[in-house]
Parts: sequence; C-alpha cells; structure tokens
Amino acid sequence: MHIAEGFLPAPHALGWTLAAAPFVVHGARCVVKEVREHPESTLLLGAAGAFTFVLSAIKLPSVTGSSSHPTGTGLGAVLFRPPVMALLGTIVLLFQALLLAHGGLTTLGANAFSMAVVGPWVGYGAYRLVTRLGGGLLPAVFAAMALSDLATYVTTALQLALAFPDAESGFPGAAAKFLGVFAVTQVPLAIGEGLLGVLLFRVLTVNARPELVRLGVLRPDPERAEP
Amino acid sequence: MRRHLVTALLVLAVLALFAVPLLTGGDREYAGTDSQATALIEESRPDYQPWFDSVFSPGSSEVESGLFALQAGVGGVVLGYVLGRLRGRRLAERAAIPPLEP
Repeated sequence: MHIAEGFLPAPHALGWTLAAAPFVVHGARCVVKEVREHPESTLLLGAAGAFTFVLSAIKLPSVTGSSSHPTGTGLGAVLFRPPVMALLGTIVLLFQALLLAHGGLTTLGANAFSMAVVGPWVGYGAYRLVTRLGGGLLPAVFAAMALSDLATYVTTALQLALAFPDAESGFPGAAAKFLGVFAVTQVPLAIGEGLLGVLLFRVLTVNARPELVRLGVLRPDPERAEP
Repeated sequence: MRRHLVTALLVLAVLALFAVPLLTGGDREYAGTDSQATALIEESRPDYQPWFDSVFSPGSSEVESGLFALQAGVGGVVLGYVLGRLRGRRLAERAAIPPLEP
C-alpha cells in the first residue's frame, strides 16, 4: 500500500496530505491525553505500535503469486479507538519513507490516509458491528484486523486510480486495474492478520484483563471482582 | 488443555496460509504489490516522471532487507517485552493472593 516517492502528481500529494493531517494531529493529542490520564496504558500503547511496526515490515507471499505486507492497525483501533492509530501508523510510514525508501515524503499523506486513517476506522467499525450483533470478542477482533488491512489496500488502489485514470475507461477502469493488483493479493494476508490478532487478543484477555476492562473491551466480571 | 489446542491450531493456520502458496506455487516471482502498482503506472502513463526522489535509499537489496529485518526485530522486541511484563505481573498477583479455601 506504499505509493512510491514522487508517484502521485503534486496536487494529489498535497490534497491527501491536507486530508490526513487533521487526523494525525488529533491522534497525537489523543495519545498524549491517554498517556497523561492513564499512564498504565503506556504498555499497551507500545504493544499496539510495535504490532504495526512488525507486521508492516514483513512481506508475505499470497496465492496470487505476488507478495505484500499486513498493516496491524486493527489492534490499536480496537484497544484505543482509531485516532491513536492515526499517529502510530504515520510514525511507521515516516520511518519507512526516511530509512527504507519505502513509500515517501510526498506520498506520506496519501499513505497515512489509507493505512493510519481509513484502515483503523473500518476495522473499528467492523469490531463495533460484530460485537453489537452479539458475535463475541474474538470474532469481532478477527473482523477488525482483517478488514482494516483490506480497507487500507482498497483505499490505495482508489487513490492511484484517481491520480492515474485509464485513458479509455477512466476512473472505473483504472480502479479495477489497481484493485486487481492490491485487493486480491491482500485477501489471504488479511485472513492471516485476523488470525494473528485473535492469537494476540487471547494472550491479552488473560494477562491484561484490568486494562481491557478499563478500555471497555472486556466487561467487568462480577465473579472475579475483589470482595 | 483446550486452550493450548486452540492456540496451536491458530498458529498452524497462520503458517499454512503463507507456506501453502510457496510450496505449491512453483517458480512464481512473488513481486511486491507496491512495485507492481508502480510498474502499472509506468506502463499506462509512460510520460509520467516522478517529481521527487527518496531522501535516502539503501545501497543494495541486502542492506534494504537488513533494515526491514531491523524494523521487524525492534517491533518484536517491544511486543515481547510488553507481553512478558503483563504476564509477569499476573503471575506475581496470583502468587501474592493465596487461593480461597473451599
């Protein structure tokens, strides 16, 4: 989902930067507020950032014969709500743009919009929907992780189609072309990311129960309450 | 016991998901989708010139893989540290509160 440096025309690069900036600034405020009011959250914030850091570094093979990386933004979106991931995801993208020539500074806005804004919000929406429908925590986490991953790549494909519409078929033709590259490859990776998220959450529900209760992810268990 | 079984099955499922295409796919290239998208742009719009270059590019693909490994490693260390601390805390709490007599 990394649009390469210089590969968005300047007006598009500027537009996406302006679109992503308020989310990132708001996200930074949310992170500062969370750490100040709940210092005990720092550990889990670190875990959410680290999860995205690891997953976005690993390119995995897909059945389509190409490879791509997961995003890992669903975890933080479920734990701390999506704004926090707008900052953490952008930090990861900035690291990759500066040190790895992966993505870029001119495309940082567009990449942040897809990975750090759209992905976390779609994942969070899926999580809320599944829990509200009575699906349970782990299926909701699976949906959040998988769909935040997939939505990120769909967004990138649409961003590229907007910037490079097909000569004959225009935007729809270009969108189909770019979705063919990004979205199809991503389906098995999104499923894998969903399973990884479930694994991690199973560990967290046992070991970080007080934090998850405070964050509203787990319901307080009356039987375990202190007498 | 059942808990461990579920964990093992989940790990196996993740491994299988990524091992199966590698084992059955023959000699496909597994090119990155990011570079495929760039190639698509260059193909459909040969006149497009990237107007900005990366501020820093790793000298070789080996150095690049190393930096990616570093990124994954740093993330893994932090994640492991957090999970280890949380688990240690839970075990310490369990040891501090003796189980209730039946």
